[in-house]
Amino acid sequence: MKSYSLTHLRELEAESIYVLREVFSQFQNPAILFSGGKDSIVVTHLARKAFFPARIPFPLFHIDSGHNFPETMKFRNDLVEELGVRLVVGSVQKSIDEGRAVEEKGRNASRNVIQTITLLDAIEENQFDVCIGGARRDEEKARAKERFFSHRDEFGQWDPKNQRPELWNIFNGKYQQGEHFRVFPLSNWTEMDVWQYILSENIKIPPLYFAHEREVIRRNGTWLPISEFIQLDEKDQIIRKKIRFRTLGDITITGGIESNADTLAKIVEEVAAARQTERGNREDDKRSETSMEDRKREGYF
Amino acid sequence: MSNKQPTANSQWPIANGYLDMELLRFTTAGSVDDGKSTLIGRLLYDSKSIFEDQLDQVKQSSNRMGLDHTDLALLTDGLKDEREQGITIDVAYRYFATPRRKFIIADTPGHIQYTRNMVTGASTANAAIILIDARNGVLEQTCRHSIIASLLQIPHIIVCINKMDLVEYNRDVYEKIKIDYEVFASKLDVHDVQFIPISALKGDNVVERSKNTPWYKGSTLLYTLENLHISSDHNHIDCRFPVQTVIRPKNDKFHDYRGYAGRVAGGIFKPGDEVVVLPSGFTSRIKSIDTYDGPIEEAFAPMSVTITLTDDIDISRGDMIVRTNNQPEVMQDIEVMMCWLNSMGPRPRTKYILRHTTTDMKAMIKEIRYKLDINTLHRIEDDKNIKMNDICRISLRSTKPILADSYKKNRNTGSLILVDEGTNETVAAGMII
Repeated sequence: MKSYSLTHLRELEAESIYVLREVFSQFQNPAILFSGGKDSIVVTHLARKAFFPARIPFPLFHIDSGHNFPETMKFRNDLVEELGVRLVVGSVQKSIDEGRAVEEKGRNASRNVIQTITLLDAIEENQFDVCIGGARRDEEKARAKERFFSHRDEFGQWDPKNQRPELWNIFNGKYQQGEHFRVFPLSNWTEMDVWQYILSENIKIPPLYFAHEREVIRRNGTWLPISEFIQLDEKDQIIRKKIRFRTLGDITITGGIESNADTLAKIVEEVAAARQTERGNREDDKRSETSMEDRKREGYF
Repeated sequence: MSNKQPTANSQWPIANGYLDMELLRFTTAGSVDDGKSTLIGRLLYDSKSIFEDQLDQVKQSSNRMGLDHTDLALLTDGLKDEREQGITIDVAYRYFATPRRKFIIADTPGHIQYTRNMVTGASTANAAIILIDARNGVLEQTCRHSIIASLLQIPHIIVCINKMDLVEYNRDVYEKIKIDYEVFASKLDVHDVQFIPISALKGDNVVERSKNTPWYKGSTLLYTLENLHISSDHNHIDCRFPVQTVIRPKNDKFHDYRGYAGRVAGGIFKPGDEVVVLPSGFTSRIKSIDTYDGPIEEAFAPMSVTITLTDDIDISRGDMIVRTNNQPEVMQDIEVMMCWLNSMGPRPRTKYILRHTTTDMKAMIKEIRYKLDINTLHRIEDDKNIKMNDICRISLRSTKPILADSYKKNRNTGSLILVDEGTNETVAAGMII
């Protein structure tokens, strides 16, 4: 007898497409939070599949920290053009210039925390009632508690202890005026699933994910890329190394790993053998044991 | 480096193997004492799913709490309050994989006050692991977990008789618990029950076969999880396609395209099939089943596809495409086993939003028939005061008919939720009888 079963990637894909279609049906003004990282690229790819042969019915929504990898920006612009979707940018620099946000000072300063201000302002300004994000439950312990449909109050806050139960595949996207939702179609994907999927679908990703030579410094156990935004002091030694990035965020906080993985197949092998989580190289998560939960409560991605 | 992205090739044995995996969702219920966290920790650890930095964090937290061992429960407890109080408040989802399967664990607290979390975790599970402490045998809690697994129709149940090391791996202890459980389970609606003597702490029969239980001829827990027959967990007989949204590209290339997007909720659909669209009752044929990767020859649960029909009929979200000779029931008085999820009980004569497949409407609780004692299965008919975590049989009246099957027949078309119109909270989950 023929077996009617799907591979894990096909089942995850079907689940995510279902979630994206529910978003389109249940909300008025959705947007895809697009960082240029692999997870938001996969979400965008899935949205393309969900509404084919129609165009993706959501704009890409980028919170521009001003501290970008140039490669990510180019990738973003190319993708927007290829898909024919609208791009909405919330600028952290603008929030700072207007006095809405105050820049951190010091050697390890980053714009990670103040991005939330820009994000919430831009959500309000554009009247998005839902933002679709690429966060996964396997990424971080606070994220393991996230729902697919995650409710945010009128201040954009997440209340992890008071979440709506989510049963079967019935999603409740009802909200009151001023509130909004975050939806995470990749909730059940792991880093490995994402890479396997990128490989099997041959999805285009920024070159930063592949091993390449770059000027870096060693800081807090990771290789931080040299850029105009990083504060150097006499202790920092700039060296050239062959590295790649497992996650992409703000250029000031995204550390690379030493790697020779220059093809998707090699990356999948490397991920399979990895003994550190992908966020282990993110300075933003190292600030305290609950830094992700704290930021998420405030309205972070 | 060049701008051209390296393309996929087939020269990668590890990755290729992983691409064939199936997905299995299972739930574990239990309290701290019966070794649930230890078992999950062991499965994650032995399948190399715990990363060094996660383990470091857990070690540090254990130290700070003054523990003399690394408490693997801290891996699953994610929120600040959970870690401080040492309890699991919410369903935590955990992921691990072996070369055969990817696993999603819905880890739920086992205490009676968390029934709603157990129900939530069970709602999507293919399998339930029920832990019994070999020293204590079948307890009230064991019964509770099993009753929930039965109500939620989890297809496979694996009873792990744990802490065998503390009863000297005694076969008689194992056999007695097994018989006790079988006697109890005969009252339940469960079909596939397996028993495994284990020690989560020592690792006996979890991943490796134990030398301490030569009398046990069955499989290890991991082997069992890897080999459960799950492809028939979905209903592949009764064709149900709830329409999520209509796709109309209105561009030059697909000017007249009209596709019905949705996820197959049951049965197998093929191009050429004669179908009827409910509730309108118009009949047509499937012209094509489309995906981004091209048209396909058949679609079955849980695939997300887009169906086109040979006739132009008015179809919108909430409609259901089914086969002419096999239709769901049309019901407006709905008999339901319900789990109440909200801290505020149902208010008399309140209207709720009923969500079922891709449709919603208003509904009212017409009658509470009885409450179920989830430790004993006894019906309580004289106490109809519903509180959070209660499971009860009710009768609902909706403002328009729903297209449904019994939950036993189809989990997708047999399940519903109630949403409070005032607070927008999800207050109840229901299984149609």
